[in-house]
Amino acid sequence: MKNNTYDAIVVGTGISGGWAAKELCEKGLKTLVLERGRNIEHVKDYTDTTKDPWELDHCGRTTQEDRINSPIQSKIYAWNEVSKKFFVNDLENPYEQVKPFEWIRGNHVGGRSIMWGRQCYRRSDVDFEANAKDGHGVDWPIRYKDLAPWYDYVEPFVGVSGSLEGLFQLPDGKFLPPMEMNCVEKEVAKRINRKFTDGRKMIIGRTANHTRQVGNRGPCQFRNKCHEGCPFSGYFCSNSATLPAAANTGNMTLRPFSIVQEVMYDKEKGRATGVRIIDAETLETHEYYATIIFLNASTLGTTAILLNSVSDAFPEGLGNGSGQVGHNLMDMHYGMGASGDYDGFEDSYTYGRRPTGIFIPQFRNINEQTKQKEYLRGFTYQGGANRGRAGLADGIGVQLKEQLTEPGNWTMGIMAWAEHLPYYENKVTLNKNKKDKFGMPILSIDCEFKENEKAMTKDIMNSAAEMLEEGGVKNVKTYDNQLTPGFCIHETGTARMGHDLKTSVLNKWNQMHEVKNVFITDGSAMCSSGCTPGPSITYMALTARAVDYAVRELKKGNI
Amino acid sequence: MNRKEALSRVGLLLGGALVGSSIFLESGCKSNPKQVNDLFNQDQVNLFNEIAETILPATTTPGAKEAKVGEFMTVMVKDCYTKADQQIFLEGLIQIDEECKNATGNIFFDSNSQERTTFLAQLDTHQKAYMERKKPEQPSHYFRMMKEITLLGFFTSEVGATKALRYVAVPGKYDGCVPYKKGDRAWAT
Repeated sequence: MKNNTYDAIVVGTGISGGWAAKELCEKGLKTLVLERGRNIEHVKDYTDTTKDPWELDHCGRTTQEDRINSPIQSKIYAWNEVSKKFFVNDLENPYEQVKPFEWIRGNHVGGRSIMWGRQCYRRSDVDFEANAKDGHGVDWPIRYKDLAPWYDYVEPFVGVSGSLEGLFQLPDGKFLPPMEMNCVEKEVAKRINRKFTDGRKMIIGRTANHTRQVGNRGPCQFRNKCHEGCPFSGYFCSNSATLPAAANTGNMTLRPFSIVQEVMYDKEKGRATGVRIIDAETLETHEYYATIIFLNASTLGTTAILLNSVSDAFPEGLGNGSGQVGHNLMDMHYGMGASGDYDGFEDSYTYGRRPTGIFIPQFRNINEQTKQKEYLRGFTYQGGANRGRAGLADGIGVQLKEQLTEPGNWTMGIMAWAEHLPYYENKVTLNKNKKDKFGMPILSIDCEFKENEKAMTKDIMNSAAEMLEEGGVKNVKTYDNQLTPGFCIHETGTARMGHDLKTSVLNKWNQMHEVKNVFITDGSAMCSSGCTPGPSITYMALTARAVDYAVRELKKGNI
Repeated sequence: MNRKEALSRVGLLLGGALVGSSIFLESGCKSNPKQVNDLFNQDQVNLFNEIAETILPATTTPGAKEAKVGEFMTVMVKDCYTKADQQIFLEGLIQIDEECKNATGNIFFDSNSQERTTFLAQLDTHQKAYMERKKPEQPSHYFRMMKEITLLGFFTSEVGATKALRYVAVPGKYDGCVPYKKGDRAWAT
């Protein structure tokens, strides 16, 4: 038992687990960091990303075998021949879809922080006050002022590039220099920012790509192959940043291939004692003990562990007296927008592959003037202008070849990320009759978009077209890809924070109301999805804040 | 050879049995062609290289043949196509000779460069018309597949990306407004 006892245990090595590990270790706690998948050694294991397209067997494309083994993962934008090793085999990682839900996962050290979209946007009080104002979900137990110092704390370490805009609905942060808009984006932005007086604005995306060196990381080399892993450490991930920082303290023990079955609970002491794991390689069971436990196994991963941690004290799952664990599942509604052609700037082109686009912050329902009758909350857009090369053209021969070797005209498009309200009936449960190869009951996901999400769609498409047209874009066409939940890979909400233990799972410090030495700081803690993408920076800020609180409480003898 | 015969021949090829392609049967100029993988033999690779070269010929820059699009095709069709699309593609390699013979009097390999270009330009018009009127669930025209695989293979090949286009593996910076003049080549990635 002695060898299996630590000061702290962190379950998961993704974006929030990496932060929990770093902060706990730097505060001097001997910390066991558990990861269900294999180790990924930074740079060394980013195999093939330095290969040129012609060195790859299928020039980056998806094979039929991929479609059979990973029918869900292989549909995602970040999937390609090189990055696919970071996505799970769907056949080996089953779950049930009561309604269609694409669950995108990466089970390895670093988790989805390797393939993430890297967009980083602070939440504002428009987000933190939304639930209280319209009564959906529970009130966030924190406001922007509670989290602002922690955004300030994590951003310089992360290395977020972005511009300062002074928008109340999208607070500025401690940024590296912004990336540059191309000439068409600059022109469209100028026109949009001049035309609209309701607060809408087109700005450059805020991204965890390093426009300057951050410690020994970066700078970004503008290959735009981020989701393959970056040999230049040009963007933030657990493997490049937080886990090395944790390891440097000498306080971290990292244990890959460790599938956490349950958090063990001592009814007498009224606290969690540790975790029981299955070794994914040997299938042996081990128990590890600690004073503080951080669950950072991803929204649905953490939820599965809670629901599987049943005891006399918690027959419905650890700390689930509220009955809210697994409920209020949100993603974001996305894939609707508009695009068109831009005439002009024929004498301009771009150099380098910028790993971000433009961003249009929320402009609906941000104050009284912008209040909508048809729906609550709002949406944001990402997009960009591009001078691409036609992939196909009529004819054959010399003319075709010449046509395809020159860049085409400029085009520009924007696509929406929209809020998904927290509905109690959107939920995940364990199906105890079906188990995976490790004997763990599989998750059953029952989640959908409802009327409010659908009611927004028309305005999203029309507003996108309106803005592009005002920006000078021609032949604008709108679209709705009608994507199902999960596709946006922003699942949140299944162990939410809140003011009281009757309606929420965590308190304002991400501490379980009912189990004081267990903290949850991944997406499951969220009370609302918000309509701004890039929730990860909020998980990071919440994690650093929660660790600070946990260690203070520990020193006071309260944990 | 009618469609039914073509299909049965394709079926045999898919089963891995070596019957010989129509080039072999009709030109009679080769011994048993070497099997490249379980779908394609060397004759088909050679035929596809000629088709691809007609679609994207050598000009001041190399063409599809130098980019070895024929070899690329064998891997992509085998690994990335559905079984149904593989069937259409393999059938297409036979059909293209049939149609070429009807149009020029010769199978594709034996036609001259001018005949090939005229014939494939016509076939391209057909595929385009078919693609525009087909239902989404109907398969693509075989020549559409051939054209797409030629373009993909060529522009992601080393000669295609670095000579016909411009390629920089590690740009090192982003410049959102660089001068461009008509005729400058596009970036490969």
